[in-house]
Amino acid sequence: MSQHVISVKVENKFGVLARVAGLFSARGYNIDSLTVSTTEQENVSVMTIVARGDNRVIEQVKKQLNKLIDVIKVTDHSELETIERELALIKVTAPSSKRPEIYQLVEIFNAEIADISHKTMTIGVKGVPGKIENFIELLRPYGIKELLRTGRISLQKL
Amino acid sequence: MKISGAEIIVKSLIKENVEIMFGYPGGVVIPIFHQIFNAPFKFILSSHEQGAIHAADGYARASGKTGVVIATSGPGATNLVTGIATAHMDSIPLVIFTGQVSREMIGNDAFQEVDVTGITRPITKHNYLVQDIKDLARIIKEAFHIASTGRPGPVVIDVPVDISNSQYKFEYPEEIHIRGYKPVYQGHPVQIRRACRLIESAKKPVVYAGGGVVISGAHEELRKFVKKTGIPITTTLLGLGIYPETDPLSLEMLGMHGTYYANQAVFESDLLIAVGARFDDRVTGKISAFIPDAKVIHIDIDPASVSKNVLVDVPIVGDCKNILKEINKIIKAPHIDQWVKKINDLKKSHPLTYENTKGRIKPQYVVEEIYRLTKGDAIICTEVGQNQMWAAQFYKYTKPRTFISSGGLGTMGYGFPAAIGAQLAKPKKKVIDIAGDGSIQMNLQELIVAVQHRLPIIIAILNNGFLGMVRQWQQLFYDKRYSHTCINFAPDFAGVAEAYGAIGITIKEHDEVVPALEKALSVKDRPILLDFHVAKEENVYPMVPAGKSIKDTIMRELA
Repeated sequence: MSQHVISVKVENKFGVLARVAGLFSARGYNIDSLTVSTTEQENVSVMTIVARGDNRVIEQVKKQLNKLIDVIKVTDHSELETIERELALIKVTAPSSKRPEIYQLVEIFNAEIADISHKTMTIGVKGVPGKIENFIELLRPYGIKELLRTGRISLQKL
Repeated sequence: MKISGAEIIVKSLIKENVEIMFGYPGGVVIPIFHQIFNAPFKFILSSHEQGAIHAADGYARASGKTGVVIATSGPGATNLVTGIATAHMDSIPLVIFTGQVSREMIGNDAFQEVDVTGITRPITKHNYLVQDIKDLARIIKEAFHIASTGRPGPVVIDVPVDISNSQYKFEYPEEIHIRGYKPVYQGHPVQIRRACRLIESAKKPVVYAGGGVVISGAHEELRKFVKKTGIPITTTLLGLGIYPETDPLSLEMLGMHGTYYANQAVFESDLLIAVGARFDDRVTGKISAFIPDAKVIHIDIDPASVSKNVLVDVPIVGDCKNILKEINKIIKAPHIDQWVKKINDLKKSHPLTYENTKGRIKPQYVVEEIYRLTKGDAIICTEVGQNQMWAAQFYKYTKPRTFISSGGLGTMGYGFPAAIGAQLAKPKKKVIDIAGDGSIQMNLQELIVAVQHRLPIIIAILNNGFLGMVRQWQQLFYDKRYSHTCINFAPDFAGVAEAYGAIGITIKEHDEVVPALEKALSVKDRPILLDFHVAKEENVYPMVPAGKSIKDTIMRELA
């Protein structure tokens, strides 16, 4: 089982997301993350799908994706040099005694304090997925009350 | 000039040269039926929407054209689902119109509303919900294009009633451009040369060809390839007829109920040349023990079929016909005399056979006599189960599009409505549905359609009082516990046929088989139902038991 980042260029039409997601769900594969966004081209969206599976399974999914009429192109970014970004919002327990420590982490990670209350801080962090993982791990001891991630977007270099 | 959406649909069908439309009316498709009333094409009203779609599917398989179906929203659409899935599994081109509630009602749980595009998404090649009348003509053009090109399949167009009723100008696009859909038709020349080198150096090659050859119309090229190379050939169920089974190089069908020699040859092969076939589990048996020593060449138009179940050494994606044509230009025959001799010995030592008796009628005997009396020139449709396998085994197919059967989905109740479609496509051909007493009950209501249109279809029921294939498995693998497979309380089928206005004959004696078939073959103006009371616990052999290797093909009950 390895993680794959599949970038799917699709027609920006209703129902396309269901078609793409259906290929995964019908085979019982879980999607780790999925983002959909518009692109520089009118009527074209890109879905970035992070999924786990053995290579043969992923190979089959890519072929099935290619068969969808509304899919224009499928690229496996796990095999390419890419630039990846992800954004997370983390609400962490932050009594005043702990705030300096947390603030230090925020600075090191180039994160941003999005909101602050008597008991909590909400921090936004962006970057490559590994960085976000690390940041979350370092915040965990303070008590994470809520955590949301956008899922990654991935752009091919060159 | 503006016309209604309903009229746009009918005018588009005329542009697509539709000859026959199958279907059933209902509330939200009344506007479309209002236009169909005067349409120049024939409309065949079924008794049940499932009958309509199987008929359209049978029409498509017999003619090679796209089948066209219409049904209403809600239950009309859901009744089509089995037929859509049947066509999808076997790559049959269909364009299906379903009515939908008006746009402002969608999502409100309106009367007869279902999410048709949602339900049919995984069983169609593509589907559309028309949301703007401006798109309607283009969508129809795209649907026919998508359904019939590449690896064909069913396309659903869901039409809200207010779209049918609104007005727009009619312009049928001459050309369409779908950037995400560009099937590859030409095989890659490098791959073709690699394949030829493998073939020329093979010692024990076998051709394994399937329904893709039928769809591509590649049977002449395939025959030429076999003639040039002398390589033995086996076909899948859906490939029956692409190569004459009467030819010495034919190994007939392979797989779970394929011939012993086909399965052994494939198992022992050092090169398997797959043409328009997809390594279905009913073909391969236990996949890890399918072809232990063989390299694989796979010619198929669907890249997703390549290396799906079996890893392929030389894939050639494209149209079978084009690729075989290229191969035939350069291929030289391999030296395989010993291999062919070995296979011929296998054919002699393990023929396809059954014990014919003068007592109870043997189902295989009925099929053999159908073959003999029609001189192999009929179109055979089948239901699913033992009847289907005997029809595949004991009738020798020599032409493509003469065996019509639900292979992938295995839909009981498919054969008879499909026979109606096939007979409408080929009015001069003898069309025979080889049925079981279980399957025929699933769509027997369509008999009235055959009577109405005076179609001389023969229904040959191999009536053994059982759901025979399941009973066979229960006998062999479930301690003979015949749980709910004994159906010896069937109606008098001949009487049912007569009540519909067809001819019904019950045949209980061996000696009555031939006279009944002769009589049935002489009828020209109505369907004839032959109810053959056959041996009750006859089994289909050879057989590859579930989960076993094809080398473990058994010829009869194990003691």
